[in-house]
Amino acid sequence: MHIRLRVKRFEAGKDREPYWSEYGLEVEATDRVLDALHRVKWHQDGTLTFRRSCAHGVCGSDAMLINGRNRLACKVLIRDVGDHIAVEPLRGYPVIRDLVVDQSAFFRKYESVQPYLVADGEPPARERRQSPAERERFDDTTKCILCMACTTSCPVFWPNPEYVGPAAIVNAHRFLFDSRDTEKEGRLARLNAGDGVWRCRTIFNCVEACPREINITRAIGEVKKALLLQKG
Amino acid sequence: MYRGGPGQWAWLLHRWSGVAVLLFLLIHILDTGLVLFGPQVYDKVVGLYTHPVFRVGEVGLVAAVLYHALNGIRITLIDFYPELTERQRPLFYAVVSVFVLLFLPTAYLMLETLLW
Ligand code: SF4
Ligand code: FES
Repeated sequence: MHIRLRVKRFEAGKDREPYWSEYGLEVEATDRVLDALHRVKWHQDGTLTFRRSCAHGVCGSDAMLINGRNRLACKVLIRDVGDHIAVEPLRGYPVIRDLVVDQSAFFRKYESVQPYLVADGEPPARERRQSPAERERFDDTTKCILCMACTTSCPVFWPNPEYVGPAAIVNAHRFLFDSRDTEKEGRLARLNAGDGVWRCRTIFNCVEACPREINITRAIGEVKKALLLQKG
Repeated sequence: MYRGGPGQWAWLLHRWSGVAVLLFLLIHILDTGLVLFGPQVYDKVVGLYTHPVFRVGEVGLVAAVLYHALNGIRITLIDFYPELTERQRPLFYAVVSVFVLLFLPTAYLMLETLLW
């Protein structure tokens, strides 16, 4: 089938304003948007710039705004978006070039929640045991691939880039509710700050955008509730 | 324009209705304050509110208060029971249904005398 693919372009330090490039090409309805971008880059316009790595929905490199919604280009089929496709970079972070945005601020926020196991005390001789029920408690939030689709779909985040954002909260949740972790207080205090969980307005755009189908608003709600029920 | 789901529209309506109610309250404080300038001034200004434009505006105010209250209950429930996030869409449709059920008869009663 024939499609018309429009891409919002911009090169920091060179262009003063973003502009649109339009490409016409032949694709299969079952191709993915990433295949169309590849075809353009390889055969029509080598200057088109985007990130991708695995091409199979596991690395989280190619989240972009496709027809008004944040999607992984490698997961969305042409037939699901139609023959007029508009692709833009994720909102809220500075564009470096075309579909590539500067992720530094995103990862600084991710690091601020200590997204790793902190276990005080002597390490046990064998592994740290956990029951299936204890493991299940945070199963949903282990699935995050850090694609940024959630945070950059959030209307609270767009005007407040300081908001820690859904992705960082998801990754804090993954350790906050892990029975082996001993650093609950620090993480809870960090998320209780002015730029923390209380900015969330239960808008659910993050849940709709997440390619891993994580119930992000629920995870945020559980953190809010943990803060509320905290003693003192 | 980001093409979000019902949750995004629920939130936008919540914002707009909240701002509308706040504006009304500010105006209401001002018009009530006019009583300090004597009953004549007060009666004259408040008398303006019988004009059809204000009568229709009042219906809009009822709509804003009603939606804000109903969706406020939805958000409060979701905040206290995070598992209800799974049901946020049906909950939003319930808010809209209850809104229509309560709003239509109210609007009719309020505007009846204007219509004939
Ligand atoms: S929670 Fe989902 S949308 Fe957000 S960064 Fe992780 S995988 Fe992406
Ligand atoms: S390229 Fe890895 S998630 Fe799409």
